[in-house]
Amino acid sequence: MSGKHINLTLKVWRQKGPKDDGKLVEYQAKNVSEDASFLEMLDAVNEELVSKGDEPIAFDHDCREGICGACGFVIDGEAHGPMKSTTVCQLHMRNFNDGAVLTIEPFRAQAFPVIKDLMVNRSAFDRIISAGGYISANVGNAVDANANLVPKADADEAMSSATCIGCGACVAACKNASAALFTSAKISHMALLPQGQVERKDRALRMVAQMDAEGFGACTTTGACEAACPKEIQLTNISRMNREFFAASATKRPKHKDGGAG
Amino acid sequence: MAHKLDSKAPTGPIESAWEKTKFDYKLVNPANKRKHSVIVVGTGLAGASAAASLGELGYKVKAFCVHESPRRAHSVAAQGGINAAKNYQNDGDSTYRLFYDTVKGGDFRAREANVYRLAEVSANIIDQMVAQGVPFAREYGGTLANRSFGGAQVSRTFYARGQTGQQLLLGAYSEMMRQVDAGTVELRYRREMLDLVIVDGKARGIIVRNLLTGEIESHEADAVVIASGGYSNVFFLSTNAMNCAVTAAWKAHKRGAYFANPCYTQIHPTCIPVHGENQSKLTLMSESLRNDGRVWVPKAVGDKRHPNDIPENERDYYLERVYPSFGNLAPRDVASRQAKYRCDEGRGVNESGKAVYLDFADAIKRLGEDKISERYGNLFEMYDKITGQNPYKQPMMIYPAPHYTMGGLWVDYNLESTIPGLFVAGEANFSDHGANRLGASALMQGLADGYFVLPYTLGNYLGGTKLEKVSTTHDAFKSAEHGVKSEISKLMNIKGSRTVDSFHKELGNIMWEYCGMGRNEAGLKKALQEIPKIKEEFWQNVRIPGDANYLNVELEKAGRVADFLELGELMCRDALERNESCGGHFREEYQVDGEAKRDDANFCHVAAWEYTGDNKPEVRHKEELTFENVHLATRSYK
Repeated sequence: MSGKHINLTLKVWRQKGPKDDGKLVEYQAKNVSEDASFLEMLDAVNEELVSKGDEPIAFDHDCREGICGACGFVIDGEAHGPMKSTTVCQLHMRNFNDGAVLTIEPFRAQAFPVIKDLMVNRSAFDRIISAGGYISANVGNAVDANANLVPKADADEAMSSATCIGCGACVAACKNASAALFTSAKISHMALLPQGQVERKDRALRMVAQMDAEGFGACTTTGACEAACPKEIQLTNISRMNREFFAASATKRPKHKDGGAG
Repeated sequence: MAHKLDSKAPTGPIESAWEKTKFDYKLVNPANKRKHSVIVVGTGLAGASAAASLGELGYKVKAFCVHESPRRAHSVAAQGGINAAKNYQNDGDSTYRLFYDTVKGGDFRAREANVYRLAEVSANIIDQMVAQGVPFAREYGGTLANRSFGGAQVSRTFYARGQTGQQLLLGAYSEMMRQVDAGTVELRYRREMLDLVIVDGKARGIIVRNLLTGEIESHEADAVVIASGGYSNVFFLSTNAMNCAVTAAWKAHKRGAYFANPCYTQIHPTCIPVHGENQSKLTLMSESLRNDGRVWVPKAVGDKRHPNDIPENERDYYLERVYPSFGNLAPRDVASRQAKYRCDEGRGVNESGKAVYLDFADAIKRLGEDKISERYGNLFEMYDKITGQNPYKQPMMIYPAPHYTMGGLWVDYNLESTIPGLFVAGEANFSDHGANRLGASALMQGLADGYFVLPYTLGNYLGGTKLEKVSTTHDAFKSAEHGVKSEISKLMNIKGSRTVDSFHKELGNIMWEYCGMGRNEAGLKKALQEIPKIKEEFWQNVRIPGDANYLNVELEKAGRVADFLELGELMCRDALERNESCGGHFREEYQVDGEAKRDDANFCHVAAWEYTGDNKPEVRHKEELTFENVHLATRSYK
């Protein structure tokens, strides 16, 4: 903890609502503690705005521990700012220089419409999950947890994929606004575990189809997503998703939701 | 009109009580289930698992969350693990031992039957979560790994790195999303519950505000489940997420649901200390760190040397010294108080003097940096980011902070509140933790309630209750909607000069000072004089810019702070009435050598408060607690 303070100039994207035009507005952030987080710095700017009767800058945030995935915007062109594997809520002001000018904008993607200022609507991610990002295990009759052994290496790799927080930085960092890293992380998590085998093909087909339907762009494997990801979700997930998808496409048609005659 | 507090706890041998109760419950036949609708408020571990299971059974479920996605619920932030009596380690664990530890850990202020059921279903929870694909830590041979946690002498904690809550939540969330796909669960995002609607004495719906458009909506159902989490944000600085609030539970309380043991709040011993004026929240460092980290302060008062320069014989490993059998794994209330004592003695570290060291040097020497990084890597990184210090090279600094709340809406064994048809699950209810939650037990309770209790108890209610058809055009809905709208317009029209946060901070300081880690009569009485003054000024001088008819974060916060102001007062009153120390409720007048002194003769009961009207004192009711299996005894961890 340094106890030092800095001054910043912020150029912040202000947009009243989804249908309004937005623009960059300049604010001064004065006497900012280096120990404060980026969001705490914005809180202080907002307190000043509210005191003057102006509307505060809207941004999504919640746990402020880097795990809920609610926060995130673009600072000087980088999703979640300049620090590697860090969400903006965990980005601290000691990483900025006194006198810096910072441009702050929302994540931009057709599938993530702006709600207000720095807030965007990421519910497309939920629809991708509900298109197969689960294992159908009815409650109450599961076998003993140790009845199916999972090699540690597989469990660890599944965990590394499962750790995606769904913040959307991968989409914002991608020149095509592709959601391949997010979708592939969930497909990988489940494809790596024995529990995920039964629905493996349906899952890959349906989730990829939903991702496309939401208006996300195609993946061209430039790797910007991996570089921006606060949780270091790896590009290898996308390769795995592609393999899963092609294997499934060769042998299986998407599940028909109405089911059989019974 | 006082409601009789009937716990409905089953009688007879505790081992078979839940089985017997389940058999006695009424059933709803599968074809009738789809005719019943249930509202679930909150989609954390308890809410998402409840919505998923009820949807799977065939009920029509409407789930509501304040977040933009249910995956953001604050259960996501739990780090260390979830307990289950699996005895995979062959170290003598059993359902009975988990039950025993939890009753004792809760300082004999929990209901025995509920705790036994929690211990009983704990093993099913692990089976269920593994079946859903939660990637728990495993041994090389493929079996599940365990670690130990505070307050227990067996290794029964299952974990997924330091992100157990995240993985469990994503598991429950994905099961709920599966039901969304199947059409049984309808999800409403960014909706905040602002009132409960009661028709013919039964909970029949809720009023919510659409946080994006400001629209006030009515939703009806045959039963309502509140699973909206805890209220630690009353302290302003806490480990809770920014949007955690008491609002949903509080509005239900004002409609007649009793609020139980509000003063039971947990102070977690291992948080990153406060750094400055602008701090918005506190970050927890998982309790699991105490498996390998050793807690100490310098022996000498005012020793300002760098920790690495303080030799071994000049350090006081006070937890190991005072509690030789539990050592660094002493329960949270005990470890928190000890940290406070050391800092009060002037031996605290950090510039503020309000911190102690959590040191991994010995563990790194014993196990190597790689092993430590494998166990706690993400926590070490998080600490480094927040403080700018590397915990592999020097000890972490930690200090206690408000974390989990054991108080909440009163519920009986069926998780039903004093309002028929209103069920309460997870942290929002008061039931299973007594005065002090042990580590790794909150995740367990959330999932137990949602997956393994509510599906039965709600069925019993729906199967055994005559419910008229109700629509949102009913007068009760119209008048509740009107009430919500007029409260919003009242807030918007104050147009004062102070920000919402400034009121929240002022309240939080008073709560921490007088109703925090230590409470005494004079302090609580002072708080009870101060809080009404803040409340009065709030309603005259708060400033909310913008418009109520679209996204307005200041308005959202203002509504929550208004409820915290009322809750804060009740917490202080509850703490003042409880003339004893138990678990996290430490009344300084009642102690022996710094340890909590319980008074079982006079306070072996749950205090449940009844709301009687605006600005009228609440009425305190008692549910006597009986301990037939775990005999009342002084807790000792020495």
